[in-house]
Amino acid sequence: MKTLVWVEHDNASVKDATLAVVTAASQLGEVHLLVAGEGCAAVADQAAKIAGVAKVHLADNAAYGHALAENVAPLIVDLMGSHDAFLAPATSNGKNIAPRVAALLDVMQISDILSVEGEKTFTRPIYAGNAIATVEASDAKLVITVRGTAFAKAAAEGGSAAVEAVAGPADAGLSSYVGSEIAKSERPELTSAKIIVSGGRALKDADTFQQVIFPLADKLGAAVGASRAAVDAGYVPNDYQVGQTGKIVAPEVYIAVGISGAIQHLAGMKDSKTIIAINKDEDAPIFQVADLGLVADLFNAVPELTSKL
Amino acid sequence: MKILVPVKRVIDYNVKPRVKADGTGVDLANVKMSMNPFDEIAVEEAIRLKEKGVATEVIAVSVGPAKAQETLRTALAMGADRAILVQTDDEVEPLAVAKILKAIADEEQPGLVILGKQAIDDDSNQTGQMLAALLGRPQGTFASEVTVEGDSVIVKREVDGGLETVKLALPAIVTTDLRLNEPRYASLPNIMKAKSKPLATKAPADYGVDTAPRVKTLKVSEPPVRVAGVKVADVDALVAKIKELGIS
Repeated sequence: MKTLVWVEHDNASVKDATLAVVTAASQLGEVHLLVAGEGCAAVADQAAKIAGVAKVHLADNAAYGHALAENVAPLIVDLMGSHDAFLAPATSNGKNIAPRVAALLDVMQISDILSVEGEKTFTRPIYAGNAIATVEASDAKLVITVRGTAFAKAAAEGGSAAVEAVAGPADAGLSSYVGSEIAKSERPELTSAKIIVSGGRALKDADTFQQVIFPLADKLGAAVGASRAAVDAGYVPNDYQVGQTGKIVAPEVYIAVGISGAIQHLAGMKDSKTIIAINKDEDAPIFQVADLGLVADLFNAVPELTSKL
Repeated sequence: MKILVPVKRVIDYNVKPRVKADGTGVDLANVKMSMNPFDEIAVEEAIRLKEKGVATEVIAVSVGPAKAQETLRTALAMGADRAILVQTDDEVEPLAVAKILKAIADEEQPGLVILGKQAIDDDSNQTGQMLAALLGRPQGTFASEVTVEGDSVIVKREVDGGLETVKLALPAIVTTDLRLNEPRYASLPNIMKAKSKPLATKAPADYGVDTAPRVKTLKVSEPPVRVAGVKVADVDALVAKIKELGIS
């Protein structure tokens, strides 16, 4: 089987999410990558070095610069003439583009796979991760999005694939990019961090969140996350949100501070290797999944913890 | 312009789903069902656009069993003008739903179709994008702000790392994210009024759509259970355990 993997990038470098998708794709067959963007030759060079990649297709065109689904999907559909499966990371770009590709090919998409069980058999979470479905596709071509934390990352070095330029369809003229507001952070990126310190509604307000959570995160070199309640209350921007409707993370250590552990939140972090919970309510559901729990008032316990580490 | 709002009847988001012992699916017998939370946000946004004078009519659509009528009545009670139920007892996949919605959109010619970004049962996150593809129209997924300006719509989207704004030519498809708005509660008088609003019942065959599943579910199982952890007595004990993990 020949697979085509959508490379997640910012026109400068390959994002980590791509490496996990390469691993998933290599379990299906020969791996080809698609680098679509504007001024992204450097990305293609980087992509060619990823271990296990046979070929890199480079579509460098202003129409693909902001990964607009209306422009990128027809390009992928063209390339799917010579590929059997399309895989994208289950990031906001992947989730935006892949179903559009699937419908244009008249196939069903398999979303957010956790494992490859056979050529057409996969597992995926349903009901906010409360159940795992094993599904079998019947379509001739596969369109799949891959949960990044469920697969090991392919080595970023060691490959030497050929880069081939492809000319895709022109701008569809249906949509245009206006601008973006990217939250600035000097801490590790949430989805790839080894350690995450996450705060919930109990943090009271934005200032308190900063004063309690950030020093502990900095001490541990950790990324900062938040529950939906903390985001909705305006303590931190929404891209900090961990959960079914936010980011799915699986770090080595996840420290949940003042988070009760609603199913929506657990769906986003329960695959973490070690979960540590600090909460003053000893019956909070978070303690049912935590490896280490401390029942204490976070306003005393967290600063004390920070100073003693 | 008309706005079309597809809504889905799903297990209530507060209910913890139980996997059936025979591994065929999730037990939905006697479980509380509600409108998918993202769809409530979609209905709310459509009604707000009508209140602003942007939309002339809001049509709610659901594909599902006879009981999905209740979900449509909820949308009508919130302020939708009329409803269409495409009734089927089969489980219908996002691709087939998108095909049915395309047929309805061809008939009704809405300026906007507003859907939830995903249903909390199958967690697919596909239908809106698929509908946009089938109609050959632009898509504004994961919207946290929607502004109609003349013959286009400006959509602020929640993306990894922050927000992105795109401009789409109308007609367009928008899918809602949680922060788009806070859905209103239907008042009792409006619930009563909703009972007399028109609700047409159709079948997938009326739209010539084959709903046979393309993806077969072989098995549904419980996720791996985490081993019960320990509670530590105080911060010092926690510090010791954290040091054992070797992360500081």
